[in-house]
Amino acid sequence: MSDNVPSSTETIGPPQNRFTASISHILADLGKNGIFLALIAVVVLFSFTTNGILLRPQNISNLIVQNGYILILAIGMVMVIVAGHIDLSVGSVAAFVGAVSGVFAVQMGLPWWLSIFLSLLIGALVGAWQGFWIAYVGIPAFIVTLAGMLIFRGLALVVLGNANIGSFPDEYRALGNGFLTDLLGAYEVDPVTMGVAVIAIIALVIQQVRSRRGRMQYAQEVEPLVWFIAKIVLIGVGVALFAYALATFKGIPITLIVLAVLVLIYGVLTNRSVFGRHIYAIGGNRHAAELSGVKTRQVDFWIFVNMGVLAALAGLVFTARLNLAGPKAGDGFELEAISAAFIGGAAVQGGVGTIGGAIIGGLIIGVLNNGMSIMGIGIEWQQAVKGLVLLLAVAFDVFNKRRSGGR
Amino acid sequence: MTTNILEMRSITKTFPGVKALSEVSVDVGRGEIHAICGENGAGKSTLMKVLSGVYGFGTYEGDIVFEDSTVQFRDIRDSEAVGIVIIHQELALSPQLSIAENIFLNNEQRGPLGLIDWNKTNSEAAKLLARVGLRENPTTKIKQIGVGKQQLVEIAKALSKRVKLLILDEPTAALNDEDSDHLLDLILHLKGQGITSIIISHKLNEIKKIADSVTVIRDGKTIETIAKDEVTEERIIKDMVGRDLEHRYPDHTPNIGEEVLRVEDWTAHHPQDPTRVMVDRVNLNVRAGEIVGLAGLMGAGRTEFAMSLFGRSYGSRISGRVFKNGKEIKVRDVSEAIRNGLAYATEDRKEYGLNLIEDIKRNISVAALGKISKWGLVDDNEEFKVANEYRKSMNIKSPTVLAKTGKLSGGNQQKVVLSKWIFSDPDVLILDEPTRGIDVGAKYEIYTIINRLAASGKAIIVISSELPELLGICDRIYAISEGRITGELPIAEANPEALIKLMTMETPR
Repeated sequence: MSDNVPSSTETIGPPQNRFTASISHILADLGKNGIFLALIAVVVLFSFTTNGILLRPQNISNLIVQNGYILILAIGMVMVIVAGHIDLSVGSVAAFVGAVSGVFAVQMGLPWWLSIFLSLLIGALVGAWQGFWIAYVGIPAFIVTLAGMLIFRGLALVVLGNANIGSFPDEYRALGNGFLTDLLGAYEVDPVTMGVAVIAIIALVIQQVRSRRGRMQYAQEVEPLVWFIAKIVLIGVGVALFAYALATFKGIPITLIVLAVLVLIYGVLTNRSVFGRHIYAIGGNRHAAELSGVKTRQVDFWIFVNMGVLAALAGLVFTARLNLAGPKAGDGFELEAISAAFIGGAAVQGGVGTIGGAIIGGLIIGVLNNGMSIMGIGIEWQQAVKGLVLLLAVAFDVFNKRRSGGR
Repeated sequence: MTTNILEMRSITKTFPGVKALSEVSVDVGRGEIHAICGENGAGKSTLMKVLSGVYGFGTYEGDIVFEDSTVQFRDIRDSEAVGIVIIHQELALSPQLSIAENIFLNNEQRGPLGLIDWNKTNSEAAKLLARVGLRENPTTKIKQIGVGKQQLVEIAKALSKRVKLLILDEPTAALNDEDSDHLLDLILHLKGQGITSIIISHKLNEIKKIADSVTVIRDGKTIETIAKDEVTEERIIKDMVGRDLEHRYPDHTPNIGEEVLRVEDWTAHHPQDPTRVMVDRVNLNVRAGEIVGLAGLMGAGRTEFAMSLFGRSYGSRISGRVFKNGKEIKVRDVSEAIRNGLAYATEDRKEYGLNLIEDIKRNISVAALGKISKWGLVDDNEEFKVANEYRKSMNIKSPTVLAKTGKLSGGNQQKVVLSKWIFSDPDVLILDEPTRGIDVGAKYEIYTIINRLAASGKAIIVISSELPELLGICDRIYAISEGRITGELPIAEANPEALIKLMTMETPR
């Protein structure tokens, strides 16, 4: 069969000229990254209303550390949502694991690394428990995790026995409070941070160039060279400025390193791995995925095991930050994580959503929290504003899809 | 006042790319039972949807005259207001509500305060049930009664709307003989009370039994209306299938090799009701390079057979043996079936075949991601290349493989589904209604692809209810009825009449 049968749909002809081609590429990229622009808009808005306090080095560092656990949860949550489920239990699981880690690290005096490992293992078991009911018994995730929300909050209280557990070992606390700088001692501008930033930028450039070469070898469409370079320069400058801000404060927070590693791993997992493809296939059309040989139950199960581990990690980071495992830990985390995923473009019906989107969604919430707190806006209005932002973000998404004639 | 209660004049209905009805005219006499016959896809259901207002005024051309005045229905409520009620093949009852509640759904019997008057609801329902001869308590839930009784509830519901013209779309398709007989008697009984009926059916013996006249539709056109005394099965069949079989199918020179797949005593039960046998001791085989047809009416068990075979995707209490190249294989789940070289392209592309919010590329690769990945990581570029090759070789009409499959036409969606399965490297392809909802040009392309696959040595099973299609492309045809293989004909001996007989053959009970 030949390819020159007249096509009923429009074909992409050669671009009229390079200028219009660049413009159309830039517009397409902006459209795809609307959520990123929203983050920038929120940052700009609050840096005005807070008289620049928002962008002070110390505040930027705080923003990352204060929101680290929400971002960790958002990574797991977006995968849960893409597969068409929801997890309401992550806040309680975080509290439960935080409490258990207190028993390990403080009351039993286990080494910090063993405590962390055992805590993550317990998170995996909690995830396996919930995954079992969802994947193999077929109870909707909403119900299972609503039950989990109560069960694990209750168990957290049982473990704590009406008391807080405090004074964690320093290595454990570093998870929430530590900085990489502590290794080399204090400088005006931390060299480690800037070094890491340079390595990160070089890695980014290499990765981008290789990916572009690969695409060109396979005769895939690539963006114009000018826009390609401009984008890398913009991102590079952004990373450098961000690193400089951190470097002039205390350096790179350990929480940020944990996050960066997670984003890398889960970015590859969702984008490139067979398992990740299966998650999207299930979310897009469960029946079709099943009839294409995707083991939907297994995938569902492992998604929840994974969520359990990440909820445990979030619990550890939070506990480490407060240096305290308490009964109120993790309260409302699930709502912030779910909001982050949806603001970041995940679809309620499943099948759509990205790690990057969820992270940016989480950062938007974080900046809102932080900015409004600096402005002295009360917690009551903060809640209301966040609710409104969630609603508008999803409404905007729905509107956008309708306009582009999507489903 | 004329004797016709209904005249549909030159109805034309076009869907994007497909002309479903072309100048169809039907006259229905007052008080008669009028049967409408035609193959699947001939346009019967579309015509009834136009009549009942599902496709509202303005979406079709032509006139509908009901009781001597031209009517323009915007939706189904308008048609019900004048007394036209349609009962669809898939019953529209709410299983958790009672019989009475279903009968008066959206037509609730109200008391003084606008609240529902339950006594009136239940007593009126009881009267209606008596009229249709159903002895059930009106407060019984729908899910507790069988399909046959549910059908009667639908008719009771129609009666509650003061129906003048009752349309029944394949009313007996899901019923057993006893229930069917009861239903047909009821339709005759209602005729005695002055209610006109239009009945859509494949079952020729039924039509002969109750219809006063029969209109045959083929390819969206009226062929003829036959009066009762002139109705014969032969004439209806000839009208239904009588078309030029030449040139609609590409030439196919079979090059048949060794047996690839053999299924023995394959039996499957209904997933929710394990006492119902849906596939009954099916035996069949396919050889390399052979295109084997499985002819059956809707509900005959063809899809149930294919899906239960394909990794137990359907049914319960499945038994039987499968042999591939002479060796027995197990197909306990879909991935095992795929590993064993089976592929199944479903009859319902949108619900079961494609991820419509995903692009062409990822839909093609999903069943065989292992082929383009290393260490569990998918090679995006390789995937793009593969998808692009299929886009070209299968002539998928889209400028890029990054287009979402939800935006493609039916024919192009089907090509994506076929690409997916060809990419999974099967030895046996089961294609369930491969050309359903596809226009004629694209059908030809699909047939060409099927031929090409057979020529490359694949064994192919085509499931279809379109006989000309099976006769046009197959080397051998099995007929299935009520879950059982009722016959096997080499193409030289197969003809529509013989096949329809086998497809409607009933098991002695």
